[in-house]
Amino acid sequence: MTPDPAVAARRQAVSVSVATGLYGVSFGALSVAAGLDVAQTMALSLLMFSGGSQFAFIGVVGAGGGAGAAIASAALLGARNGLYGAQLTPMLDLPRRWRLPAAQLTIDESTAVATAQPDRRTARVGFWWTGLGVFLLWNTFTLLGALVGDRLGDPRAYGLDAAAGAAFLALVWPRLAGRAAQLVAAAAVVVALATTPVLSAGLPVLLAAVVAVVVGLVTTDRTPGGSS
Amino acid sequence: MTALWGAVLLAGLACLAIKLAGHVLPEHWLAQPRVARVAALVTVALLSALVAVQTATGDGRVVVDARVPALAVAAVALVLRAPFVVVVLLAAGTAALLRHLGMP
Repeated sequence: MTPDPAVAARRQAVSVSVATGLYGVSFGALSVAAGLDVAQTMALSLLMFSGGSQFAFIGVVGAGGGAGAAIASAALLGARNGLYGAQLTPMLDLPRRWRLPAAQLTIDESTAVATAQPDRRTARVGFWWTGLGVFLLWNTFTLLGALVGDRLGDPRAYGLDAAAGAAFLALVWPRLAGRAAQLVAAAAVVVALATTPVLSAGLPVLLAAVVAVVVGLVTTDRTPGGSS
Repeated sequence: MTALWGAVLLAGLACLAIKLAGHVLPEHWLAQPRVARVAALVTVALLSALVAVQTATGDGRVVVDARVPALAVAAVALVLRAPFVVVVLLAAGTAALLRHLGMP
């Protein structure tokens, strides 16, 4: 066995793609349960292509929130992809015409695999293989989930409404390391529940984001107990 | 229906524009630790708020039903390092079972 780092990067890309692609099934099923049709569900997976943002969009729409709140939630959750781009640009060193496809494939998974590689050549292999692999499988499994979900009927009878909360919990779980993150998570839950009876749907979630911005600006890494 | 299509396309384009900004904006704009820190916390806040709203609200009220124990099962599955699909399926199965047994 020759330890070729490019082969290792491809292997890593494939396993990440399969794992991520599979939960496209849950997105597809939950999206039609939230009231989107199959074509709208596919438009999200093809154009938005960012799991957290997609789940947020259908979460707000499913809860009866307005278009503005749904778009804002999705965009705010997509903000980290912009930061990933800044990390990837020097690594990928792309000609101008490749920037748009690279940007579209810039997500948690492709960034994680690319930045985990030992050098720039394998970082590129990791980025493109993971990005394209997840794109292909995520969209395939979204379609499958949407078609199955379309046939299921009442989503509550299958516990699909509970699956939505569990999906968000699984998405936030790995981000809860560190005191500041835990504090913000707890505050977000309290703010969202406390304001649900008085604000229209979708706004409690955005208000929780405001709390995070304030905490992020007033605390610094030098604060005792601040996360690393 | 058309309004929902508009929202789908606008939100999709907004997310793509943010991704593209990361690839074309000067690096030092986005590379500040404070920007990264706020973005990370905003992500945590939005996802946590969505957990709460999806699990414990309905029709503009706080509601406790089969979704709450289902979320507890999901949390246990996450502690046990179950993969995403398993976590989601366990939550759905728990809620479906509890509703079958008569819980709202």
